[in-house]
Amino acid sequence: MNHDAYPDNYIRGILNSVKLIAMVGASPVNVRPSYFAFKYLAQRGYDMIPVNPGHVGKELLGKPFVASLSDIGRPIDMIDIFRNSSHIMPVVEEALTLDPLPKVIWMQLGARDDAAAAKAESVGIKVVMNRCPKIEYGRLSSEISWMGVNSRTLSSKRAPVPTQGMRLSLNRMSVGGGETAASDRAAKNKTEQS
Amino acid sequence: MSDRLPGFSTLAVHAGAQPDPTTGARATPIYQTTSFVFNDADHAASLFGLQAFGNIYTRIGNPTNAVLEERVAALEGGTAALAVASGHAAQVVILQQLLQPGDEFIAARKLYGGSINQFTHAFKSFGWNVVWADPDDISSFERAVTPRTKAIFIESIANPAGSITDIEAISTVARKAGVPLIVDNTLASPYLIRPIDHGADIVVHSLTKFLGGHGNSLGGIIVDAGTFDWSTGGKYPMLSEPRPEYHGIRLQETFGNFAFAIACRVLGLRDLGPALSPFNAFMILTGIETLPLRMQKHCDNAKAVAEFLAGHPAVASVSYAGLPSDKYNQLARKYAPKGAGAVFTFSLKGGYDAGVSLVSKLQLFSHLANVGDTRSLVIHPASTTHSQLDDAAKVKSGAGPDVVRLSVGIEDKEDLIADLEQALSA
Repeated sequence: MNHDAYPDNYIRGILNSVKLIAMVGASPVNVRPSYFAFKYLAQRGYDMIPVNPGHVGKELLGKPFVASLSDIGRPIDMIDIFRNSSHIMPVVEEALTLDPLPKVIWMQLGARDDAAAAKAESVGIKVVMNRCPKIEYGRLSSEISWMGVNSRTLSSKRAPVPTQGMRLSLNRMSVGGGETAASDRAAKNKTEQS
Repeated sequence: MSDRLPGFSTLAVHAGAQPDPTTGARATPIYQTTSFVFNDADHAASLFGLQAFGNIYTRIGNPTNAVLEERVAALEGGTAALAVASGHAAQVVILQQLLQPGDEFIAARKLYGGSINQFTHAFKSFGWNVVWADPDDISSFERAVTPRTKAIFIESIANPAGSITDIEAISTVARKAGVPLIVDNTLASPYLIRPIDHGADIVVHSLTKFLGGHGNSLGGIIVDAGTFDWSTGGKYPMLSEPRPEYHGIRLQETFGNFAFAIACRVLGLRDLGPALSPFNAFMILTGIETLPLRMQKHCDNAKAVAEFLAGHPAVASVSYAGLPSDKYNQLARKYAPKGAGAVFTFSLKGGYDAGVSLVSKLQLFSHLANVGDTRSLVIHPASTTHSQLDDAAKVKSGAGPDVVRLSVGIEDKEDLIADLEQALSA
């Protein structure tokens, strides 16, 4: 997988298929991005589990924190890692000990570890790096268009009015990522320099 | 659902718009409302904290304006956009995110006269210091860079003479200096030039001109290319540092490659207040749907008019980059192969008096201070748009006393040429 620019169908396929998402590094502090990404994904119908050893015994929006991925005790579809690039590898190594393996490992906006990604991909796990699932869901559903963001999708169909827990259609016609190619190129150059 | 790239004309009609969720209205409704109800207190808090997608108040965002924003972002190949009340407002909002008092920005000397004024006088009172450079001499940009430089500002097709700027060469200077390149793309529109493809980090428009296209609604827009890394070196604290007004959110960390557009909205538009009327957004959106058709006709007419003027005995010179003999023709072929725009100047052998006489005798061309209307327009910059400049600065910016500027409309070119012919020979 080219991790500089993902085809929309790759992201769409992931967000359309996963149900249980374990968020590593979820924060109970309601102004942290991990908190509101967690909240948004729960509102869109995903089964969210907060993973953070520092907050065991507490809850995040009614979901009890667990200390580690192995404490979840159910098959995990996707692991969303809210940690810096330097803390990715141990999480991926732990994920590779799970049975069954997770289907997807997703690293948040700003996080990228190509070696960890290669390791996960070698056993058939799909990997997304340096993206936010909330932004991608909002983009593909066009919900993010309220903020003037280029969703890179088109549709002549009437959109629903989103309600609590509603899954939105992500199957709009894609502009394919090509229309923000300059931004993807800049991210690639930055990766190559670092 | 396939990953296929729609063409420019498809985006001009569809990007950002879809049938209204509640009524099914196919044209984008004019959401003429100041404010939007919250579902509950938690929803309100999430919206105010930038945690949820949605609408609060039209000074921060509006559904009609959002369609316009996404459409222009798509046409320019940017990640996001923010529409504001005018092109001038857009420039204030952009620089507010980038400059602290005492900082500098470099601007091309060949600019719309209103921008020259705004940069020289209004921005000086904010402590934002403009340093001028010559777009025909790239090294003048390099020489102007100092540790306090925070941005470089140019026009893709420059007012008033329609000269073409070497965007790629100047973007190289910007990249080396570690500052964003801002390109005013008003006179080209994305149909002719897409500055982001040539290294621009931020694109700004007066929507009032070719994008709206009908001379009926003011507006401005800021497009974020998503290319600039705002986190390096603490040079851009509005984007890289925790924002106290939003519980310590760091905009770049939270919004990634559209953080600049968000900063313009939640720190610029929210606090400075130059909101675009949803009615104007609707008018401009309607204009954009025909942008590709209009822009080609503008360019084709402009070329025919320029060729006519170049062969007329009363005309001393024509400055139109679409003419093979023009000094900017090579740059025009590279950057604007579909046409060199529709705004250009020419000078009359009879000087200032001949210019005044021509303007008074024209019957179809309207004498007014605007460009990019369906109607053909004429103005004498030295006595109007550029009148605040001294004589030397007028000549330097291409608006000397003998110069007349045209904005060629989409009428039949034969009628425009006939009008010029009668006015020149009378």
